[in-house]
Amino acid sequence: MTQTTIPAVSQWQTICPLTRIIPNTGVCALVNNEQVAIFRIGDEVFAIANYDPFSKAYVLSRGIVGDRQGIPKVASPIYKQNFNLITGECLDDESVSVPVFPVRVTDGQIQVGIT
Amino acid sequence: MKKKNLVVIGNGMVGHKFLQCMIDKGATADWNLITFCEEPRMAYDRVNLSGFFLGKTADDLSLVEPDLYKNNNIQIHIGDRASTIDRTSKIITSANGVSVNYDKVVLATGSYPFVPPIKGKDADGTFVYRTIEDLEAMSAHAKKSKVGVVVGGGLLGLECANALKNMGLETHVVEFAPRLMPVQVDDVGGAVLKDQIEALGVKVHVNKSTTEIVNENGTVHKMVFADGSELQTDMIVFSAGIRPRDDIARDCGLVVGDRGGIVVNEACQTSDPDIHAIGECALYENRIYGLVAPGYTMATVAADHLCEPESNQFTGADMSTKLKLLGVDVASFGDAFAKTPGSKEIAIKDSINGTYKKLVVNESGSLLLGGILIGDASAYGNLLQLVQNAIVLPPHPEDLLMPPREGGSSFSMGVESLPDTAQICSCNNVTKAQICTAIQDQGLTDIGAVKKCTNAGTGCGGCVPLVTDLLKAELKAAGIEVKKDICEHFAFSRQELYSLIRTHQIKTFDELLDRHGSGSGCEICKPAIGSILASAWNDYVLTPTHAGLQDTNDAFLANIQKDGTYSVIPRIPGGEITPNMLIVIGEVARDFNLYTKITGGQRIDLLGARVDQLPLIWARLVNAGFESGHAYGKALRTVKSCVGSTWCRFGVQDSTSLAIEIELRYRGLRAPHKLKSAVSGCTRECAEAQSKDFGIIATEKGWNLYVCGNGGIRPQHAQLIAEDLDKETLIQYIDRFLMFYIRTANRLERTATWLNKMEGGLDYLKQVVIHDSLGICAELEAEMAYQVQTYACEWKATIADPEKLQRFNHFVNVDGPDPSLMRVEERGQVRPPFDHERSKERSVVMP
Ligand SMILES: Cc1cc2nc3c(=O)[nH]c(=O)nc-3n(C[C@H](O)[C@H](O)[C@H](O)COP(=O)(O)OP(=O)(O)OC[C@H]3O[C@@H](n4cnc5c(N)ncnc54)[C@H](O)[C@@H]3O)c2cc1C
Ligand code: HEM
Ligand code: SF4
Repeated sequence: MTQTTIPAVSQWQTICPLTRIIPNTGVCALVNNEQVAIFRIGDEVFAIANYDPFSKAYVLSRGIVGDRQGIPKVASPIYKQNFNLITGECLDDESVSVPVFPVRVTDGQIQVGIT
Repeated sequence: MKKKNLVVIGNGMVGHKFLQCMIDKGATADWNLITFCEEPRMAYDRVNLSGFFLGKTADDLSLVEPDLYKNNNIQIHIGDRASTIDRTSKIITSANGVSVNYDKVVLATGSYPFVPPIKGKDADGTFVYRTIEDLEAMSAHAKKSKVGVVVGGGLLGLECANALKNMGLETHVVEFAPRLMPVQVDDVGGAVLKDQIEALGVKVHVNKSTTEIVNENGTVHKMVFADGSELQTDMIVFSAGIRPRDDIARDCGLVVGDRGGIVVNEACQTSDPDIHAIGECALYENRIYGLVAPGYTMATVAADHLCEPESNQFTGADMSTKLKLLGVDVASFGDAFAKTPGSKEIAIKDSINGTYKKLVVNESGSLLLGGILIGDASAYGNLLQLVQNAIVLPPHPEDLLMPPREGGSSFSMGVESLPDTAQICSCNNVTKAQICTAIQDQGLTDIGAVKKCTNAGTGCGGCVPLVTDLLKAELKAAGIEVKKDICEHFAFSRQELYSLIRTHQIKTFDELLDRHGSGSGCEICKPAIGSILASAWNDYVLTPTHAGLQDTNDAFLANIQKDGTYSVIPRIPGGEITPNMLIVIGEVARDFNLYTKITGGQRIDLLGARVDQLPLIWARLVNAGFESGHAYGKALRTVKSCVGSTWCRFGVQDSTSLAIEIELRYRGLRAPHKLKSAVSGCTRECAEAQSKDFGIIATEKGWNLYVCGNGGIRPQHAQLIAEDLDKETLIQYIDRFLMFYIRTANRLERTATWLNKMEGGLDYLKQVVIHDSLGICAELEAEMAYQVQTYACEWKATIADPEKLQRFNHFVNVDGPDPSLMRVEERGQVRPPFDHERSKERSVVMP
């Protein structure tokens, strides 16, 4: 289960059952009119924006997940930049990062926090 | 102290080497270096001149690094020939009227091709083979020629014949002597070489003396020989030997040899102590050295001598050579003709494999003196070392010529046993000690760096295997592992992963990661391993265990475009399509508002499909009988074809039917990189098969197979691997070729690069694929048969499985497409907006 220290969550929105996501892949959810990319690595989940600032397309949920020296990350499917799944920072270009979202699994359901 | 003037006449390979030596010695502090360069460009790699026909440019061939001369204050007069040397007032004048005072002169004027005084030799369409300009002229004339003849069957003549053959000409070699390469090989060797070369389609005529060249309106028409026979031809290239360019030396009264050549002593000094001569213009002990290595040695000796007299001496040079002539290995080294008193010969002639190997040993059989290798010269490097270092032979010297005996190990001379002084690279005179020191001191870890740093292996390339062995031995000694790891998660190369997966029957990424990896993987190892699993077991790529491995293209079975939508390319085998199928494509494109374009691979691309539309589009396509085109995969793409004998008035075989059959056979085959193919119905090659990973061209008798071609950023022609095959053999060879590639290539390595890196090159590939030298062909064929049997269309499987289809919704929690997508109209179709159009009113938000 993921711990987050991001601004206080006012409400948790249920997205889908954890089992809906094939292990080591991602999906995209619409949360509060924003596109959120949610990834499942083993039984852990991560959520970052679906928007890829490099290609300007909403595609990060379709990237390949993995790790770089233990840091969980996703590679954009368009130009392959990597993003840290915990902080949203781009691992290949310090000046770029994407928003991260609070996310948890409760009773087998994935929930994204609205702040 | 005032600097002295040193003038180098001739900026060829050796003249440049001399200047480089002077720079390296720091001699520019004492000398003003001035050089006259008659050719319109600075020194270039004449040894690899034929590369010009393979697409190398003058720049690629250049030996002089940009600004090297400028940075070292070397004055070069390009396109200017030194015409006279006035030895009394010590002044050199040039054709362009430059005159310079000199203290010392180095003549490096090289040689010119000898053209025998045959009647009619000046007709249009006659050429020599020495400079880039010669090759440009040949290549222009070859375009309007069908037949080409090379006069002279020596080293250069055969190289030139290869060039003519590659330009598509019917090629003949006419040799005056009774055998090919009379200087390097003996009668038996010459005969084996002739057979091998004729098998490659070059006609060889020995014992032929040309008496006349008959022209037609000034252009070459036919040759008449002393025995009364004739040969019609459109062009003739003379390669009948070289003559030293000694005229400037003659004119100023230097001593020259009876048959030409500027006489020099051990210090490369001419009869005037202020003038040196080096390279092919120099005559040492009545001998001209027509190879670059002795020339380089002379350049070093002359430079040493000018800086510190009494140093290094030239005492003759080894004329050992190893070459690949028309794809046939030829090597001749040491005392190849057993001229040493009492010497004995051991020879093996193998008419089955077309090889001839001869060793010359001393009277007691304890030392190797020289030898000749034809057809397979892989042992050259080792054998030459045995000669040069006088290493005592094993009890049965004949074993040196044989593959390892059953049970025993063959006598192999490890690099460790060589003395430090052993000359490894004879082209550039680099010793074992120099290579090892460079590796140790500079921490070199790959062969490219060793070549760059020491120059070893940059000449004829014959020593590269030895240099590689040295590198490996040094690294091993230093405890350094040679890293070929694919990424941080697996300490293995793709090839190693492939064999792990196959031998341990590993079926999933997680299993492999558990047993042989660390961490959780990344975008490098996951798709690579996904591809290996597919090549090995051909499981459906979107099974849950494989889904996360695939790049988005494979994961959604379509090619992602810059805005996150996809392109859809149905398979159109061989580019043949019925009107009704064409209508289906049109209707689908219209109904989903897709942009359509014809691809370079003879099929149709439908662009702009949203992820949620993909299954709907494919449901219609599959229903009409289309299959996935695998345009998204590192897999077989298309087999292009021309209409062939069915319609074309030139066609000799049915290229379309073959292309369809091949495309259906290999469809869906996952590989280290994409694979392209084509079939042409005759030599006109409309399908451009020679630019493909494997290409097939029809002949009157069957099919010619070409492999390892490439378009893209570094285009490369495919090379002929087998000729006039029947269809069954053709397919058998392709099966083996593809599976061998899949087994051994690196991640994302196209067949062209794979072949370029392969030790032994095309010959080795031929041995494996055609002669089954590794004894794996049966396995390769079985693996391919499994692939062919288990093929299933991925799209058909996907649309039949509702669970799989869930993944194609853009949102997991609500319905509806990606709301950010926009379209702009252009020429009656839609396209994504450019950035500046995004907010404009022209943009249409997608329905
Ligand atoms: C196609 C081909 C393939 C070859 N393959 C091999 C091989 O595989 N292995 C091998 O060892 N050797 C090979 N050789 C031979 C090798 O290229 C020569 O041994 C080498 O180039 C000799 O160098 P050089 O400097 O003496 O002569 P060159 O390279 O010919 O240079 C002499 C230069 O001097 C210029 N010059 C002459 N007179 C004057 C003047 N008065 N003023 C100004 N400039 C002048 C000439 O124009 C020329 O540019 C090959 C040669 C050819 C043509
Ligand atoms: C006799 C001479 C030739 C004729 C009459 C001929 C005719 C044609 C025609 C009619 C087309 C279709 C054009 C179209 O798509 O609108 C075509 C396409 C093409 N031709 Fe030729 N051609 C000839 C020689 C060649 C040669 C020698 C080559 C190769 C070197 C070649 C390569 C091609 C290629 C690559 C295409 C495009 C195929 C594709 O769609 O990908 N053609 N040719
Ligand atoms: S390759 Fe030959 S058979 Fe095929 S279209 Fe061209 S000319 Fe005709």
